[in-house]
Amino acid sequence: MSLLSDLRNLNLSETTEKIIAEYIWIGGSGMDLRSKARTLNAPVTDPSKLPKWNYDGSSTGQAPGEDSEVILCPQAIFKDPFRRGNNILVMCDAYTPDGEPIPTNKRFNAEKIFSHPDVVAEEPWYGIEQEYTLLQKEVTWPIGWPVGGFPGPQGPYYCGIGADKAFGRDIVDSHYKACLYAGINISGVNGEVMPGQWEFQVGPVVGISAGDELWVARYILERITEIAGVVLSFDPKPIQGDWNGAGAHTNYSTKSMRSDGGFAVIKKAIEKLELKHKEHIAAYGEGNERRLTGKHETADINTFLWGVANRGASVRIGRDTEKAGKGYFEDRRPASNMDPYVVTSMIAETTILWQS
Amino acid sequence: MSLLQDLLNLNLSDTTDKIIAEYIWIGGSGMDLRSKARTLSGPIKSPKDLPNWNYDGSSTGQAPGEDSEVIIYPQAIFKDPFRRGNNILVMCDAYTPAGDPIPTNKRHNAAKVFSHPEVAAEVPWYGIEQEYTLLQKDVKWPIGWPVGGYPGPQGPYYCGAGADKAFGRDIVDAHYKACLYAGINISGINGEVMPGQWEFQVGPAVGISAGDELWVARYILERITEIAGVVLSFDPKPIQGDWNGAGAHTNYSTKSMRNDGGFEVIKKAIEKLGLRHKEHIAAYGEGNERRLTGRHETADINTFLWGVANRGASIRVGRDTEKAGKGYFEDRRPASNMDPYVVTSMIAETTILWKA
Repeated sequence: MSLLSDLRNLNLSETTEKIIAEYIWIGGSGMDLRSKARTLNAPVTDPSKLPKWNYDGSSTGQAPGEDSEVILCPQAIFKDPFRRGNNILVMCDAYTPDGEPIPTNKRFNAEKIFSHPDVVAEEPWYGIEQEYTLLQKEVTWPIGWPVGGFPGPQGPYYCGIGADKAFGRDIVDSHYKACLYAGINISGVNGEVMPGQWEFQVGPVVGISAGDELWVARYILERITEIAGVVLSFDPKPIQGDWNGAGAHTNYSTKSMRSDGGFAVIKKAIEKLELKHKEHIAAYGEGNERRLTGKHETADINTFLWGVANRGASVRIGRDTEKAGKGYFEDRRPASNMDPYVVTSMIAETTILWQS
Repeated sequence: MSLLQDLLNLNLSDTTDKIIAEYIWIGGSGMDLRSKARTLSGPIKSPKDLPNWNYDGSSTGQAPGEDSEVIIYPQAIFKDPFRRGNNILVMCDAYTPAGDPIPTNKRHNAAKVFSHPEVAAEVPWYGIEQEYTLLQKDVKWPIGWPVGGYPGPQGPYYCGAGADKAFGRDIVDAHYKACLYAGINISGINGEVMPGQWEFQVGPAVGISAGDELWVARYILERITEIAGVVLSFDPKPIQGDWNGAGAHTNYSTKSMRNDGGFEVIKKAIEKLGLRHKEHIAAYGEGNERRLTGRHETADINTFLWGVANRGASIRVGRDTEKAGKGYFEDRRPASNMDPYVVTSMIAETTILWKA
């Protein structure tokens, strides 16, 4: 296969100014990522300099066949780790030809919230811990698990090493480097409690970019699992029984929380989140009720509980924040299949804009 | 899979000054190694430049769920042979948020012993011979052994070559180079008496770094066996019957032993070790009684015996040390699953600090 690799690895910068831009958008389910590529005449680093494009919305459940064009607006650019050179990935959101955001476009509303002067002034930072499970391609069963059976119980796998404890590290590590190369603020990775489950973190990122960066990190991950012949799952409870679920814990702070006296601001914010617990839960991912049981390091879905260093809580404050009197907190409720545009903007809206 | 290799091998130093630091710690069993990675601005030259971190101790049997944070302190840095570039491995030890070493943290006490002025003055050197066995992943049987049967008896395998005598050399040789790359003082390797069993040596290393280097060498080894799809075992007697066990012979010398007249100092040290035989044996590894039988090049666990060139002894003094009148000696009692922080500091404590 080396001739194919040679071709894929051709460095075009030596022969042409042209670049390839891969336009990425979210499809009709709200979780399926789609992309297609186009040639541009020269390198581009500013999204506003990229042309709008369109795709066949009738093939993604986002438009009827007789009026199928959905318009793509470029919003963020990243270096393409697969094509390298001057080639780019472009995160887009989707509009009708009239310029209205289509129903699955959650970025549009998030951008409005993040542009609100009160929110801008607070400079909201996000760190999202994206968990995911790797499944075998031919059977819907996690990699490394015996088909028709189970591995030994949870215990050895969290941050574990060894052929009997860590399954799929080459995917995780190539994803880490690919994201750093792309310009995504990936801050770490670790093996998770359930074997075949992993986590990466994106952040701290400000406002709307948290959503952009997490979606592109998810895109890069699924392109890598495609290469590896493994299936990526963001299901919040992939295996029933004494096996952990998968979440997307969202760490959050505002300027006031990061400044002296921030701990009181944090506590007020958490009180507001408690009052809107039901609304948040409804937006925190489909199927979350299978995951938020009160066991396996979660709080029950109907309970709002917060505490310092408590991994069984809905919201957890780290000991260093408590000690410093300022910092950030962790909303542990979002499921792995949450939409980061929705979750990040909702947390900002409730804690900064909403008057309880 | 070469596209995955391209990503794994990306040299990020061309595109960013960010580096990846893999923080390593010892889990709740005292032998399970754990690690997770974070992004930092690089390059990093000293452990003092690294921030403390924390992990979920409730997932490793080291903290309860309601108060799960365990803090890790960076203690030693090595180059990361897997990620290369400016990326690093960081050996850590574990503390409560209040700053106390957690019960499984054996490094803390060892560091105290090695900081004692009398011990520091003697500049204790260690050379540790780490034996280990490689097992097939799906059955707990050594690699190269027929499933449901046995290979021919011991004889041809020690330092042997050939497809019927040496099993797993690619792991051993990859480990050798990886450790040298990482900056570990790996001094040699050899195939062992039992087929599928190997040995590497780390040393001479001074004081606390002997433990740091051996633990990171073990980490690198298990990461390599993970890649190779083989299971690493440090069990001191993996197969019952006429098959050798696995040890971690610890070679030791102090300044006084290395100087003229050192042979007398060595004999006095060995006498002290003889008086504390039971205490040392209790700390020299779980399951050692299955290995120290008096056969297979060991001394019986209840007997303390020393001699020149005697591999059936508890302590062996080399012929070159005897001839030169100075040098070092070999404590053959520790099992392959010993904790080097415990063994090295205990030998120093008994021979330098303890008054008989």
